[in-house]
Amino acid sequence: MPEGALEIDRISKRYGDVVALDEMSLTVRPGEMLGFVGSNGAGKTTTMRIALGVLAADSGEVRYNDAPIDRTVRSRIGYMPEERGLYPKMRVLDQLQYLGELHGLSRAEAGRTAESWLERLGLAERRNDQLQKLSLGNQQRVQLAAALVHDPAVLILDEPFSGLDPVAVELMSTVLRQTCERGVPVVFSSHQLELVQKLCDRVGIVQRGRMVADGTVEQLRSSGPADLTVHAPQAPPDWADGLRGVSVVDTSGGRTTLRLDETADDQAVLQAALSTGPVHEFSRNRPSLTDLFRNVVTEEPAE
Amino acid sequence: MKSTSNAVWLVARRELRTRVRTRSFVLGTLFMLLVVLAYPALMFFIGSSNAPASGTDVGVTPQATSLTQPLGAGTPGDAEWRIQRVDDRQRGENLVREGELDVLVTGTSTEPELVFESGDHADLRRSLANIAWQRSLDEAMAEAGADPGQVRGQADRVEVTTTNLDSSDPQQAQRLVIAFVAAFLLYMFLIMTGQMIAQGVVEEKSNRVVEMLLATISSTQLMAGKILGIGLTGLIQFAVIGVVGFGAVSATATLVLPLGAVAGLLGWILVWFLLGFLLYATLLAAASSLVSRQEDLQSVITPVIMTLVVPFVVGVSVLPADPNSTLGTVLSFVPGFSPVLMPMRLALGVAAPWEAPLAAVFSLVASAVVLWLGGRIYSNAILRTGARVKLREALRAS
Repeated sequence: MPEGALEIDRISKRYGDVVALDEMSLTVRPGEMLGFVGSNGAGKTTTMRIALGVLAADSGEVRYNDAPIDRTVRSRIGYMPEERGLYPKMRVLDQLQYLGELHGLSRAEAGRTAESWLERLGLAERRNDQLQKLSLGNQQRVQLAAALVHDPAVLILDEPFSGLDPVAVELMSTVLRQTCERGVPVVFSSHQLELVQKLCDRVGIVQRGRMVADGTVEQLRSSGPADLTVHAPQAPPDWADGLRGVSVVDTSGGRTTLRLDETADDQAVLQAALSTGPVHEFSRNRPSLTDLFRNVVTEEPAE
Repeated sequence: MKSTSNAVWLVARRELRTRVRTRSFVLGTLFMLLVVLAYPALMFFIGSSNAPASGTDVGVTPQATSLTQPLGAGTPGDAEWRIQRVDDRQRGENLVREGELDVLVTGTSTEPELVFESGDHADLRRSLANIAWQRSLDEAMAEAGADPGQVRGQADRVEVTTTNLDSSDPQQAQRLVIAFVAAFLLYMFLIMTGQMIAQGVVEEKSNRVVEMLLATISSTQLMAGKILGIGLTGLIQFAVIGVVGFGAVSATATLVLPLGAVAGLLGWILVWFLLGFLLYATLLAAASSLVSRQEDLQSVITPVIMTLVVPFVVGVSVLPADPNSTLGTVLSFVPGFSPVLMPMRLALGVAAPWEAPLAAVFSLVASAVVLWLGGRIYSNAILRTGARVKLREALRAS
């Protein structure tokens, strides 16, 4: 399999007066999994559609392996749209075979891989059923198989975990992880932030068509303003005033919560605290992805 | 890497496979078969109950009675004439109309006349001519002194005058039936295949299948494949109905029209199905791409369906009464009207040879324009889910 990174380079898209994407950029390297988070209407789906070539961007470029994506590369992308994206009245196996063929496999080949994926996802007995006869969770598995049937070089999934039961979430996670480990760049969007935190190598947070934060989960958690909790019972209420880059968020029962910006020096804060007497606690609160998301994405206008 | 035609074919093949399996397709085909078979079957039964196995009832008016004696004697072949007297010509004609008599012999013994409603009664005509010839010869002889050449010349001029009470041409009646059947079939075909197109487009849109598909093929390929696949489905149906219908009329020999002409007509109906389908399928695909839910479909396709209903209504209400009507003739060249009206005019035998090809060219030109516009609407609207897309927005470049 050719290994290449998927690069989305400053793409913009407007619908009339509405700016859907404003110089959105992201890169997913081979063997990397990127979680794409942001509230509804932030531009995740639009970004994915443009990456797939389903939509055209007004400006910017999508590249794979350093070359603009053309039709050949496009047919090597595996895609899973939000909600369903299959014919309800078509039989499961026929459906997967058809999609495999559309992606350039021969009929026999498409049939073989479709069968093997159904086997692997535990749907082998349902292969001649109409899709609509399957439970929603099973339909979602078929959808995953549809994204994988042609052995994609890039995997793009829009909300793959929504509506799945814990067993299916586990199965989906495993399959994505394995695909990723084979050197395929994987991007998926999700509102389940714990899952993203657990599963992804990197996270991109989108707001109003822009990437507002992008990095490993570690980087994101250590970046930006950090909160410090200091327990110095003998400190006067104004002990932290005047320290550079420090603001008091909350004071209660001798505990002070401080917010430090990039100019602040936490060692100076510690010394200031010690100069007031004993310090029982001095801790840095690392935000969870949920906190980060909340901080970054505030007052998002509804779609 | 797959080629464009390969992608189009894949889409078309899927359409064909899934459509042909559906119950509505099977039932629709059966229904149309019934329509097509009804006419030959009806004509066959009427024909077989009507045809006298033996004998012809011949009525004779008093002036012509002298003809009947030799007639009874000179019965040729297996024809049997049951001769009965009638009081006068008027009564005799009434009996012929009622079917009591097959033929009425009237006139004088030297100038006999045959009155009938069906058949040509060639045997009877020959016999009467013979008798009348002898009579006129006798009379000429009786006058005496006339030279034989004059007698023969006079006798040769004797002819049996025939009057057919059925004023219509039997071919014309069948042409009318065929025109009706053709119009009805084309209308049904176009409506059915059009509905398939419309529902198929919305099915893909409402289930977001279109996103999966457009990730690998272009919207033009998808639309082309869909139109091709459903067109092929219609063609299969047409072939079944055409072959069965044609087989039925030739087997039951219910047509007085030459079979070659009927086959030619069938060919034209096929051509007009394809032309009409191309036009309406494109219009309906474009219209349907504007909505995302089956519930909203009716509102966008009704205007298009109306453009199909109007030609049909005009066709069946104007042309049979007056095949040469100016309105029908002019409209049969107008794209949209032509797929129903031109085959009707062809069936009625009122279209000049150059007319159908010219109308076909007009229709193709219109289809090219519609394809261009429709493809644009389809491409722009197909991914926009949610509320109905305004036509103007869909036409604007994305």
